[in-house]
Amino acid sequence: MNAHPVPRDYTLDDFAGQTPLVEMRGINVAFGGVKAVNDVDCTLFPGEVVGLLGHNGAGKSTLIKVLSGAYHMNSGEIYIRGGKVNIQNARDAREYNVETIYQTLELADNLDAASNLFLGRELTTPVGALDDVKMEAETREVMGRLNPNFRKFSAPVSALSGGQRQSVAIARAVYFNAKILIMDEPTAALGVQETAMVADLIRKLKSEGIGIFLISHDIHDVFELADRLTVMKNGRLVGTVKTKDVSEDDVLGMIILGKYPEHLLEPVPA
Amino acid sequence: MADAADRPTDKTAAPAADTALDESGEPGLERQNAFSRALRAMEVDTRLLGMIAALLVIWIAFDLLTGGRFLTPRNLFNLSVQTASVAVMATGMVFVITARHIDLSVGSLLGVIAMVMGLLQAEILPEYLGFNHPLTWVITVAVGVAMGAVIGAMQGFVIGYLAVPAFIVTLGGLLVWRGAAWFVTEGRTVAPLDGTFMLFGGGVAGTLGEMLSWVVAVIAVAVIVYAALQDRRRRQIFQFPLKPVWAEWTNIGLLAVMVLGFTLVMNLYPVPQRAAQRIAEAEGIPIPPEGFDWMHGIAIPVVFVAIVAVIMTLVSKRTKFGRYVFAMGGNPQAAELSGIDTKKMTMLIFMVMGILCALSAVIASARLQSAANDLGTLDELRVIAAAVIGGTSLAGGVGTIYGAILGALVMQSLQSGMALVGVNTSLQSIVIGLVLVLAVYVDHIYRSRSSD
Ligand SMILES: Nc1ncnc2c1ncn2[C@@H]1O[C@H](COP(=O)(O)OP(=O)(O)OP(=O)(O)O)[C@@H](O)[C@H]1O
Ligand SMILES: [Mg+2]
Repeated sequence: MNAHPVPRDYTLDDFAGQTPLVEMRGINVAFGGVKAVNDVDCTLFPGEVVGLLGHNGAGKSTLIKVLSGAYHMNSGEIYIRGGKVNIQNARDAREYNVETIYQTLELADNLDAASNLFLGRELTTPVGALDDVKMEAETREVMGRLNPNFRKFSAPVSALSGGQRQSVAIARAVYFNAKILIMDEPTAALGVQETAMVADLIRKLKSEGIGIFLISHDIHDVFELADRLTVMKNGRLVGTVKTKDVSEDDVLGMIILGKYPEHLLEPVPA
Repeated sequence: MADAADRPTDKTAAPAADTALDESGEPGLERQNAFSRALRAMEVDTRLLGMIAALLVIWIAFDLLTGGRFLTPRNLFNLSVQTASVAVMATGMVFVITARHIDLSVGSLLGVIAMVMGLLQAEILPEYLGFNHPLTWVITVAVGVAMGAVIGAMQGFVIGYLAVPAFIVTLGGLLVWRGAAWFVTEGRTVAPLDGTFMLFGGGVAGTLGEMLSWVVAVIAVAVIVYAALQDRRRRQIFQFPLKPVWAEWTNIGLLAVMVLGFTLVMNLYPVPQRAAQRIAEAEGIPIPPEGFDWMHGIAIPVVFVAIVAVIMTLVSKRTKFGRYVFAMGGNPQAAELSGIDTKKMTMLIFMVMGILCALSAVIASARLQSAANDLGTLDELRVIAAAVIGGTSLAGGVGTIYGAILGALVMQSLQSGMALVGVNTSLQSIVIGLVLVLAVYVDHIYRSRSSD
């Protein structure tokens, strides 16, 4: 399809000498015969936002699910803070402080906000019983910061709006001190005000040194928030660019045509 | 009621109560009448009320049909004993169904465990310990429980780790364990059982007696009050919305009245003179000239059910295990992505179910004072029906322990009542089958109304 090889990642030059927070090398994931992710590399440094872009089905979610332990890769290597890691499941990912907000907002609908926020990492009393009151108090505290209008603490999350569910998912990542945060379409269900709030939150987390992979179809948002952009098409890497080096048209070209911006191609030695 | 609901609530809780209304997020609160407002304040499960109402209707109807023979201490005592075995298993079935599985093997599992326990206490242990040795029942029950745990875990392993659907694995189990039950003695019924073991069946001797029943009832009430106040205190520390004080005490009061009322009724059922004399002789108590005025009191299997119910409720509400069962039922993928080991959970859930089958096997065989290889036949259906009538959703994620026990009581009331009226067994099956479908339909309507 796109025959031309992936250009050298010039964006890494800025980080010479630094150890990336996350480095994914040569990742391959196939479902049956479909190569959902085909030999993709990407990196994430502390305190930066990397936008992952691509059309529907490009393989963005699949790529990050390898990092969050939801999918297994067929081949490839993942390094976190320079060390090679073997992430087999969601528990492993959490050990490395990787927190994920899934596109599908994986919440247990029948449980309330606090139970979801703490799912798998419940607070317990000294005798080992669930400390629901404490969990609710903590939940009220985080939610108070993220979404002050949130009131439905005792309702199951099935009774929440899309945006409210999203804030529960985000609260979960924030509460547990994510160092590596994956946000797959975090604002898809949100209103204007809530979207602005998430954008503020992303800036704040970034300033705290957290690395964020941000997947979004809203090019405008991504341009506003991301430092670098990694673009995929049909499971393949188109290339990685610095946001300030490209125009929205350049990026659309990368997403739709799989065309790396001409002006960033290194001059071919004559 | 109306008056109480309109009265300004406890001063300290007043600001919090406002938030509670906010959080309900439902418009048109003023349109609702005082009664439903009171219910809301008490945070009662309206579903539970519906079930209790249905139970009362059934009881009163049968009492009228039998000319007052249904609501007698004697019949209610028998009802409580007959419900026990299914009720114990139903609490486990709540976990199984809530986690989106099913267990069709419980009746057969009960059968095979009862046979092994029967053989052990009637034929194997007496060879070493002699008859009615005090350790016999302890060893027997321990072996039964271990057997239930192992078989349950095995089935759970195949379901969780090998990903064979629970329906198939336990359907296989239904056949396998029933067949195995026959092989234990090649079909021979084992009797007599150990004397102490038989107390678990709730015969004349298998009760607490009058005095001890009151002691147990008072302890139960004390625990109810303590638990409610403890909960309230925790919420107070964090300044969460609280139930109004009157609602708290009404709830506590209702529960206490139920416990004490039940105890009173059980204590109104006299032990027949002949049975009393037999027990007195066995225990060397002199027979008074005016005869005995002993009362049955609460049956031991009912105490058993109460203990199992409390433990299972605590597990479901207060432990990670219980939380994960519900999470798995609500969204298996979310549970997995939250780092829950759903395979191991599945194995453990079926292991718990197996242990409860063993406990039911103790009650059921002790009640019949023998172990036969057809013991527990069709129990899987009674247990599943009890859980479902009690509000456990087959779609997963929803269910309560007390609901399942009430469900078991509803089923047993129907069956006993019809037997008392003289309805033949074929018609009994038809009625119970129809009631099951009706109950699930009513539940569906209730849920679709209350969810929006
Ligand atoms: N569990 C799965 N089983 C089979 N195929 C899958 C699975 N998950 C993803 N795929 C396939 O992999 C490809 C990449 O999907 P992916 O979800 O990663 O896309 P995406 O870039 O996140 O798209 P979108 O923007 O729509 O979210 C698609 O062709 C999809 O059909
Ligand atoms: Mg996606």
